[in-house]
Amino acid sequence: MTSRLLTLVFLAGLAVLFGQLMSGYSPDAELNLTADYYARHAAPDLGSPNIVTAIIVTYRGLDTLGEVTVLFLTAAIVALVLSHGRVAQTARAPKPLPAGELLQTGSRLLAPLILLFGIYVFTNGHLSPGGGFQGGAILASAVLLLLLTDPMRRFSHSLISRIESTAGLLFVGIGLLGLLLAGGFLDGRFLPLGGFGALISAGAIPLIYSLIGLKVGAEFSSMLLSLSETEDKS
Amino acid sequence: MSTLTLLMAVLALVAMLGGALLAILCKSTAVAIMATGMVSLMASVLFVLLAAPDVAMTEAAIGSGLTTFLFFFVLGRVKGADND
Repeated sequence: MTSRLLTLVFLAGLAVLFGQLMSGYSPDAELNLTADYYARHAAPDLGSPNIVTAIIVTYRGLDTLGEVTVLFLTAAIVALVLSHGRVAQTARAPKPLPAGELLQTGSRLLAPLILLFGIYVFTNGHLSPGGGFQGGAILASAVLLLLLTDPMRRFSHSLISRIESTAGLLFVGIGLLGLLLAGGFLDGRFLPLGGFGALISAGAIPLIYSLIGLKVGAEFSSMLLSLSETEDKS
Repeated sequence: MSTLTLLMAVLALVAMLGGALLAILCKSTAVAIMATGMVSLMASVLFVLLAAPDVAMTEAAIGSGLTTFLFFFVLGRVKGADND
């Protein structure tokens, strides 16, 4: 009874809080100073039609590096925690029921297409919505589909971790190149800007976003694989 | 914001609230996971309507795609442990 009363009081407090926020809200008539700078300078300075990508990869590139690091730490911790439960491949583990014909045939058709779409999303990150994180998640969903079809399927851990660490090193290396050759850390303007709206344009932005995409995809995949490979301890 | 966009936003909001309530109230865990996935999906529709396609793609791919399947994965594990 007391806990229910407390919940109600808590909910009422939240309602009052959000009500205050809602009633005091009025949309800004114009962009604030920072947003205005980004909106006016992103396209001419960096040659990227998608301003969001220009901000994420270049202006706030250091934050993106931080996000990728957080994701890497999460993947590493998941692998560390679950590696204790991992049992060597023995005949003891019961074989799961085979997936249905529909799922098997469908995944054979769809997995390459999903991989291709993920690569499309991160290589076109500077032109259209989407980018490294979204493309990486789409890549990982293809791995997930393959795992759903055949839970006993094994992917090469060393390949995945090699892709991940190479992408991370190259990402930081390109950032340092920007420090040496252009305006600052992760400034992609040491490569030619190219034609506005072309696939190969906007300096190093497509390169950086592709690396982020590969890294994020590898991290999500390694998390899914460690989850899948952990056997139940009996 | 045109009337049609507003109507779609209200529909997405109602679906989100319905999904959240379903997730809390229903007995079956599988249905609850599907319902949370629907909340994420409707949130991404809302982001598209609010002209934030980048955020919408992240929400759709991670929120409603990967997380939902991750929950199912773990649910399968937990059930398997129960049967032993």
